[in-house]
Amino acid sequence: MHETTPPPGATAPVFYDEEGHAHGDGGTLFGFWLYLMSDCLIFAALFATFGVLGRNYAAGPSGADLFDLRLVAVNTGLLLLSSITYGFAMLEMQKDRIRPTLNWLAVTGLFGAGFIAIELYEFSHLIREGATPQRSAFLSSFFALVGTHGLHVTFGIVWLVTLMVQVRRRGLIVANQRRLMCLSMFWHFLDVVWIGVFTFVYLMGAMR
Amino acid sequence: MSQVTEPGLAGEPHGHGEAHEDHSHDAQGTFKSYVTGFVLSVILTAIPFWLVMANVLNDTLLTSIVIMAFAAVQIVVHMIYFLHMNTKSEGGWTFLALLFTLTLVVITLVGSIWVMYHMDQNMMPMSPHEALQKP
Repeated sequence: MHETTPPPGATAPVFYDEEGHAHGDGGTLFGFWLYLMSDCLIFAALFATFGVLGRNYAAGPSGADLFDLRLVAVNTGLLLLSSITYGFAMLEMQKDRIRPTLNWLAVTGLFGAGFIAIELYEFSHLIREGATPQRSAFLSSFFALVGTHGLHVTFGIVWLVTLMVQVRRRGLIVANQRRLMCLSMFWHFLDVVWIGVFTFVYLMGAMR
Repeated sequence: MSQVTEPGLAGEPHGHGEAHEDHSHDAQGTFKSYVTGFVLSVILTAIPFWLVMANVLNDTLLTSIVIMAFAAVQIVVHMIYFLHMNTKSEGGWTFLALLFTLTLVVITLVGSIWVMYHMDQNMMPMSPHEALQKP
């Protein structure tokens, strides 16, 4: 502090923003990481809600009655596959090959869509059986947590399609590479949240 | 004035190069790292599902603890191989933000469950009449 104080009469001190320039993305990736961390807190609140209310069945169905673990296993596999295919898209992006990047992104989008389709089928099946969100505190917190994750994946797919159109029209320019890296973090983050969901909600719910 | 900033400038090319290398490592994986992460994840997912679906351990509490441990390990695997987390990227700020968030997550989860469990235990017992009036 003392060393950098300019002597009287000198010009104002010059500051070098090493951090910002060194990365060339203007701090976007770090800013997006901070957004993901705040998103993580939303999920923490939903997990805590489920942790508190997850056993309040109100004489209704419990997780052991409702969950089909084979369906959850398929869903987990789809999300995991979409994570690695997104990784392959990023590797093609680094090699500046537009066509393979778009192909891998399309495969990722299809796996994501499959995940959402199975989740919607599961939800509609539960609701047809009378296990609606208003049935018990357990089901309210279940639909809030799993539904929020599903909404995130849905918006991830919308973002993915948008970026595919962008890459097709503008190519792998710096701005598009930065956007693809942000979506990469978002997509892998959703897979991390899903680990918590299938462990705490489905596997532990099915045992009770 | 220029003398004051000289050491900073002299140090900059080094710091710049270092930060750049960190960045390329942080944002990009290799084919091998993605496949390693994927294989580890498949194993770490398959075992908990097998434990629960086949009821291998025959003990709910023990199985819960084991599958939570598998989930924790798998989250670390995802962080390293898919999100390319390390303690160096962005000068350590990414990692610091993660640690701060994890602290808040643990307080939220453990605090909520702990407090609400004790609230539940300490509630006045409800008479059958009151229970009937309950919404």
